[in-house]
Amino acid sequence: MRTPSRESQVWMALFLMGLLGLGWRALAIGNGRGYVRAEDYRFVDARPLLPQHAEAKAPVWVRVYPVRPPGVTTGPATGWQIIQPDAPPIRVPENHPAVAWTHHAPAVPREFGDPAVRFSPARTVGIWTAGFLTLFALSFLWGDNPFFKLMQALVVGTSAGYAVVIAFWSQLVPNLLGNLWPDLVRSWAVPGHSAAKPDWLYLVPLGLGIMMLWRLAPVGGWISRWPLAFFVGLMAGVNLVTVFKADFVQQIANTILPLVVIAPDRSFDPWGSLKNIAILVSVVSSLTYFFFSVEHKGAVGFVARIGVCVLMITFGFSFGFTVMTRITIFSSRLQFIFDDWLWLIDPLGNR
Amino acid sequence: MLQLLNRIDRRVIYLVMLGALSWAVLAQVQFPEEKSERTQVVYDTIEKLPEGSRVLVSLDYDPASSGELAPMSAALVRHLCERKHKLYFMTLWERGGGMIRQNLKILKEEYPQMMEGRDYVNLGYRPGLQVAIRNAMSDMRSDFLTDARGVSLQGPAMPLTRGMKSFQELNLLVCIGGGDPGAKQWVQFAASAYGKAMIAGSPGVQSPQLQPYIPNQLTGMLGNVKAAAEYEILLIKGFPQFESRTGSRDAQRRMGPQLVAHLLIVSLIALGNFIYFLERRAG
Repeated sequence: MRTPSRESQVWMALFLMGLLGLGWRALAIGNGRGYVRAEDYRFVDARPLLPQHAEAKAPVWVRVYPVRPPGVTTGPATGWQIIQPDAPPIRVPENHPAVAWTHHAPAVPREFGDPAVRFSPARTVGIWTAGFLTLFALSFLWGDNPFFKLMQALVVGTSAGYAVVIAFWSQLVPNLLGNLWPDLVRSWAVPGHSAAKPDWLYLVPLGLGIMMLWRLAPVGGWISRWPLAFFVGLMAGVNLVTVFKADFVQQIANTILPLVVIAPDRSFDPWGSLKNIAILVSVVSSLTYFFFSVEHKGAVGFVARIGVCVLMITFGFSFGFTVMTRITIFSSRLQFIFDDWLWLIDPLGNR
Repeated sequence: MLQLLNRIDRRVIYLVMLGALSWAVLAQVQFPEEKSERTQVVYDTIEKLPEGSRVLVSLDYDPASSGELAPMSAALVRHLCERKHKLYFMTLWERGGGMIRQNLKILKEEYPQMMEGRDYVNLGYRPGLQVAIRNAMSDMRSDFLTDARGVSLQGPAMPLTRGMKSFQELNLLVCIGGGDPGAKQWVQFAASAYGKAMIAGSPGVQSPQLQPYIPNQLTGMLGNVKAAAEYEILLIKGFPQFESRTGSRDAQRRMGPQLVAHLLIVSLIALGNFIYFLERRAG
């Protein structure tokens, strides 16, 4: 067996010491614990309760809210009511059929003790995982390593899985299935879905979707090119006129500016004039730099050189902003590590 | 000495940066901020809207950009709520649902009188990139059937959206966008195409792209966390109750590490150039 190098041994020792320190801190003060607040969501069929829906053929689902004693905003409900924006609330009879679920929203440690707030093992694991994954991501600065690879695979896999679930519930169920089989979707997934009858035109996107997935089949992979071609054509058509108008026609209009600016009090505005002249000079000189039909010599060369300077200033401006963005992201991750995970600081008074 | 400086491992620089930023975060270093004219334009646009105006808040970003954009969204949403405007939340990003929920938490905790359906609505994630914007602006009734929780937008619990035909009926578009689709697409397909007033919030890395749209196609822009910090200052000045409210200085807290990091970067650039010129002189 190969003995690890001296450098690896030092890093291993530091890593173990860090882990021991973390473990000791977690046992001593319990940092990184997550809490959740239970929120009840309940919907009832409003037909027997609201006269305006008495004649409806399909159920009309409306959300009901908990009734609690005066001054109490949390804890178990004594009943349920429909809150109407422009009328007094309507009490829902006790045995009225309802669709209900509990949503667990994040809570802060300070709220622990509230009857609706409880310790969440899942959220705690999430905070610790996020802490370690942040360190794994940063470890790439030291060099490629298995921890970084693990983090990378987890991010890619989780993002893809999350995107599939969101697309299914936000797109396929309400927009496609909801328009083809509205009653089924209302009874199964989206109680408030308002499409009254099937719209068979949606069989076209269903067919295109199946054709797109055909590329996974062992034969006939070419079939997926048809929906792809449709999508490319659609996006080109959608973008063509709008982007041309916004990014070309209106941008030209934006550079047609008065070079001598007169203020509302009829006095000369030197700064406004200078700004407009700078915009005009920058646009003309930058365009000249990219104009290759004339050799960049003499006057044209001089203007093109001004164009290069304008481009350099623009790149510097972009670079400065990019650095700023990256530092903000880095410092917000450090804030997460020191605040939410290790509980070393508490700027928001969460604990 | 010169040779030693020349041979510094890049990882030492990373460690120095980590140390400097960790110190700034742990010590919670903050510096005074001064408002800029551009931030003032955004503030005034919301301030001048009549009370109860209908405002779209499209939060087109995900956790990767939330470090920079979440404080901006929170400040804008707080201002809109203080002015008692009606809010329509949505996102064009599939991971943006959580960003909306963060802002709804502010509404629930700080503005409990605001009622879902009457004062605000969560339209959730809207797939389709710029096509979703186009549909929303031309005729939303075929695409926008329910809110994020499946409640019918044409039902009795949703006076904000009942009978609404398109986003053209809104008074102001606000988009906090971290990339594509985002503020650029909202300018192209909504603000420019339909002549609507619009405010954008963008991370620093994106803001140069939006700059040319101001002021004719885009009313105003908060271009990075510095602009968000300036906005917080304006908000605290206009609404003194924010002085002591939790989370109303998030962007300002992020400006401390920002300044420390900038000083370090400028010093390192100066040091690098100094070494380069010394080497050149030495031949």
